Amino acid sequence: MPEAKPDQSATPPPATVEKIKIKVDGREVEVPRLMPDWTGKLVPTTMLQACKLAGVEVPHYCYHPLLPVAGNCRMCLVEFGVPMIGPDRKPLLNDKGEPIIQRSTLPYEPGTPRGAIACATPISPGMEIYPSSPATKQMRESVLEFLLANHPLDCPICDQAGECKLQEYALDHGRAESAFRETKVHKPKQVDLGPRIMLDDERCILCTRCIRFTRDIAGDDALGIINRGGYNTLTAYPGRQFDNNYTLNTVDICPVGALTSKDFRFKMRVWFLKETKSICTSCGTGCNIIISSRENVIYRYTPRENMAVNKCWMCDAGRLNYKWIGRPDRLREVLGPGGQKSDWSKVIPEISGRLRAAPAGSVAMVISARQTVEELYLLRVLANKLGAITDAVPRVGQPDYLLVHADKNPNSNGVRLMGLCGDEMGANMRRMAEGIAAGAIRTLIVIGEDVTRCGLGPELLAKLETLVVSDILPNETTRRAHYVLPGCAHAEKRGSFISAKGRWQRFWKAVEPPGQARPEMEWLGELAHNLAGENSFASVEALFNHLSREVPALGGVRWEQLGDTGVDVKI
Amino acid sequence: MIVPRKKLTFWERLFLPAFWAGFKVTWRHFVNTLFRRRNAAVVTAGGYYPEVPWTVKEGYRGAPYLVKDQEGRTKCVSCQLCEFVCPPKAIKITPPGPEVDPTTGNVEKRPKEFEINMLRCIFCGFCQEVCPEEAIFLMKDYSLNGQSREEMIYNMEKLLALGGVHQDPIMKWKKKALEAQKQEVFNPERKE
Repeated sequence: MPEAKPDQSATPPPATVEKIKIKVDGREVEVPRLMPDWTGKLVPTTMLQACKLAGVEVPHYCYHPLLPVAGNCRMCLVEFGVPMIGPDRKPLLNDKGEPIIQRSTLPYEPGTPRGAIACATPISPGMEIYPSSPATKQMRESVLEFLLANHPLDCPICDQAGECKLQEYALDHGRAESAFRETKVHKPKQVDLGPRIMLDDERCILCTRCIRFTRDIAGDDALGIINRGGYNTLTAYPGRQFDNNYTLNTVDICPVGALTSKDFRFKMRVWFLKETKSICTSCGTGCNIIISSRENVIYRYTPRENMAVNKCWMCDAGRLNYKWIGRPDRLREVLGPGGQKSDWSKVIPEISGRLRAAPAGSVAMVISARQTVEELYLLRVLANKLGAITDAVPRVGQPDYLLVHADKNPNSNGVRLMGLCGDEMGANMRRMAEGIAAGAIRTLIVIGEDVTRCGLGPELLAKLETLVVSDILPNETTRRAHYVLPGCAHAEKRGSFISAKGRWQRFWKAVEPPGQARPEMEWLGELAHNLAGENSFASVEALFNHLSREVPALGGVRWEQLGDTGVDVKI
Repeated sequence: MIVPRKKLTFWERLFLPAFWAGFKVTWRHFVNTLFRRRNAAVVTAGGYYPEVPWTVKEGYRGAPYLVKDQEGRTKCVSCQLCEFVCPPKAIKITPPGPEVDPTTGNVEKRPKEFEINMLRCIFCGFCQEVCPEEAIFLMKDYSLNGQSREEMIYNMEKLLALGGVHQDPIMKWKKKALEAQKQEVFNPERKE
């Protein structure tokens, strides 16, 4: 779940902000008076943020650090006290000279403690918060009992089981038995909210996170709550569908299983899924994702928090862009000339021999900006050795104001920094076509692109002496290749991308590639070793650290420096 | 954790008492067979198996099978907790996927396929214990045979046929449907 980690969202603002002293559970802490809210504006620190800074987690449903505060779930109720003020507006002191703390109580019943919602109550100097007092515990128990009054115990069939906040808090803060003996209110189940979202109204706890997300973050005010009392229901605006490009984020932020993704619904239980940190490859933004897989099958992509890139969000298009990885028609065999089945150990020396025999300037390379920085570096070594003309294929799409970038390649900046394309990506393709037509270019290496779609038609490919193609899925170019080398999707290898804004981020391997397919880095490394005497690198880390030193623009960043969130590169 | 090993007493170290105790059993069976014409097998565990099948005692843990409720519904909702808890990983469930199945009434989810590899099953009963829907029970079958390994992987159809109907007093899904129906009737906004 892309729930913001406490340390990230509660990062203290610059030291210029005045600090005030409060007590959390009797322990004195110093917290800044102002903290950034969901837009980044400095506003008075709330009790919830102060508790987070003090290392005490206050349970909450409707509060999300990147959404406006609504304060309607009441889960974060805490007991607190403020210094008693005398008629002279100065704190009253007891015999020991300490300020007298007045605990908050009900106005009409002074003996009963009265809680305040920690997510929306600002702190004041000298305030004392009691997030673990018996009264706070009792309030939490009662709130949970109330939330569970009509909530069905659907856990065996609910997709949220395993990552359900209601389940977790009911275990941590709830009581064993409910006092409610009435029949639960039945609301509609399986409500079709939009093309990708299914709503189960019975499970909704009316926290309105989805409403605030779609109104304030996605800018599409499509959702609202109708009816009052027990029959409150979440619904889309009449006659409209909840169908913007960010709908699936509401599934992530829904603390219960009310909003479910139609794509992931009932496909796998979340506790079976292996989570791998990765990067989305659908556009140049490079959203941080978690790939959830089980037994070599990818089940879903979910956003991973990176405040510098995608915060907690991700677009629907990128999220559903995983199905091709498991397609049955994947290239899985190494093919030699004439479409014969071959082997890596046979094919790579053959290709090395052919390239060695090729006169300088007779080799061209069409590479993909979907390759990792490491692979691009090896291609650069090869291209420099062979004096090859190189280019990548640009992909342009429709950008939006939130996350989607116009550049649909995940690593265009990697290609540019490696010097593998001209000033304008795709400008060398024409020269390449002319060279092949004139017979000057006899060998073409194609990595991950269908060149028949970008200017090198079948009749040109037929003129080539050697056509080496590495790809993931079959296409017109792989059918005409002399050597077909099955490649890997990004989920099947490790590496790094440089995003359109110059964020250098690494990703990890989630699943095994099918058949004989293996990461391009391995055979490119062998070729670079055979032809250019480049050290053959045993690991991605070694190659990364080497190329980072070799390419001046990259500034010698080391693999481990990238961490989970990446570093900025000057582009 | 260090468990202190008890020292054997002198009497125990002799081994003779244990030998005589064992020999007593052998002798008793010998005498019974010789003079009272009673077969040792009858009075001990096995009986005349396989000619006379063994009567299983109450609470015996045999093979796990799936059950249906009185309305003929598969009780399993594919929550996969049994798959998770199964120590030898004998259970494999294929979840139904996102399509809504109109034939299952108000039960949203049921397994598409449910397999138990009876060669792996150790009859521990964890699946029965963990099942929130009371859909899987360890029955009294102890004699599971097959000609091949594939035959010993029981699929959902076979498990349901062997499991039969469970007399379930709660009738969760029927109750839920009735409650929802009642609320439809009791709708203050509805014009009669």
